[in-house]
Amino acid sequence: MSDIAERVKKIVVEHLGVEPEKVTEDSSFIEDLGADSLDTVELVMAFEDEFGVEIPDDAAEKILTVRDAIAFVQQHGK
Amino acid sequence: MRRVVVTGLGLVTPLGGDVETSWRRLIGGESGIGPITRFDASDQACRIAGEVPMGTAPGAFDPARRLEPKVLRQTDPFIHFALDAAGQALEDAGLTQLPEEERLRAGVMIGAGIGGLPGIAEEAVNLHLRGPRRVSPHFVHGRLINLASGQVSIRFGLKGPNHAVVTACSSGAHAIGDAARLIQWEDADIMVAGGAEAAICPLGIAGFAQARALATRFNDAPQRASRPWDRDRDGFVMGEGAGVVVLEEFERAKARGAQIYGEVVGYGLTGDAYHVTAPHPEADGAFRAMAMALRRARLTPEDVDYINAHGTSTPMGDELELAAVKRLFGPAIGGVSMSSTKSAIGHLLGGAGAVESVFCLLALRDQVVPPTLNLDHPCEGAEGVDLVPHQARERRVEVVLNNSFGFGGTNATLVFRRV
Repeated sequence: MSDIAERVKKIVVEHLGVEPEKVTEDSSFIEDLGADSLDTVELVMAFEDEFGVEIPDDAAEKILTVRDAIAFVQQHGK
Repeated sequence: MRRVVVTGLGLVTPLGGDVETSWRRLIGGESGIGPITRFDASDQACRIAGEVPMGTAPGAFDPARRLEPKVLRQTDPFIHFALDAAGQALEDAGLTQLPEEERLRAGVMIGAGIGGLPGIAEEAVNLHLRGPRRVSPHFVHGRLINLASGQVSIRFGLKGPNHAVVTACSSGAHAIGDAARLIQWEDADIMVAGGAEAAICPLGIAGFAQARALATRFNDAPQRASRPWDRDRDGFVMGEGAGVVVLEEFERAKARGAQIYGEVVGYGLTGDAYHVTAPHPEADGAFRAMAMALRRARLTPEDVDYINAHGTSTPMGDELELAAVKRLFGPAIGGVSMSSTKSAIGHLLGGAGAVESVFCLLALRDQVVPPTLNLDHPCEGAEGVDLVPHQARERRVEVVLNNSFGFGGTNATLVFRRV
């Protein structure tokens, strides 16, 4: 579980170019980490690649925070 | 008509990541050409290029210096070069902190010939291998040519004209000429103008090589490959980078006590209406562009001290340009120095006219003209013309003329004068 959380956070740090300390499970990609709507599309693609899952568009729209991403991967990941 | 002057300069070139490093090495007769290191070029006909020196060493180009990590990751290198050079130019001009009302009158016009070719090529492969759902959402706006201007506008809050030029290898010169007109016509008071290119990628090198435009006989001696007007030349060497100037309305610049590198006094632009890649057999369009620029400047060939030639080191182009200059200048050819700085940095395509304009402005500042490297055996027609072989020369420089010609038969000439 902590492994998934760390991998999600690492992707967020790399893709949004933010300091690792700023990324907590409560962080909202758009509100807290300066992402725009296209950045969130790219993040979802990165999660799909990293965890080998497919995230449909309607599910992707509900992934707004680091916690949301971790939860999705835990439920659907291989 | 309002007068337009240059008050800031920015450069990223194969000789360095900033203006002074590039200029010092250019005047020192150094070459920025070397083996291609960006990718494995072993199967290419041309295996050399003028790559921008990357890294954090002094004089190199450090992309992180002026770019946010996100922008860096989402955009093609031509945009990195443009953003950094624009930052340099605005810092040099002392205009990074403009108040809102002045930013409404400050615009951007940065051109490129090809734009994000490396990113387009890579994403096409990605699409082919992994399908449409793996294409980056930043693909389009990270590659578009006008996104150099767009990113500069956003980064520095410039809210005037947000425009871009695409005229192949004359893009940089056209951008500066057109931007100056926007100031003359009172559409803006400040314009950040120039050109950028970064097409040293497998597709870019292969494409130009297949068009038989690149030097292929000097893969083992890269620094000797770009040799404008030399009898052994066999094509151009691709370079990369960006040149950006800050153009400013003269009275405004004077009132704030800005340093003034020179005035944009002449601009000429013509078409060959002849062939997609070959120059007109009498360089008719080039001749008329130069004549038009001098007429606009109310100057005659006798007034011109230095010509920064298009001079790409191709067999046909060099001699035709030289002939056109001689025809236009007549006896005045004896008083002018003409060199091709592409001998040191290669051909920056859409960035060339802008980088070379910066060199022209530095020639006005320092009263020295840069050399034509590798001009060991001048071609026919070169006699009686000072092509500044091998070494830079100190001389009087009051008026400079800069030529750029592009595929499609497009020609641009700029004339700058010391103020």
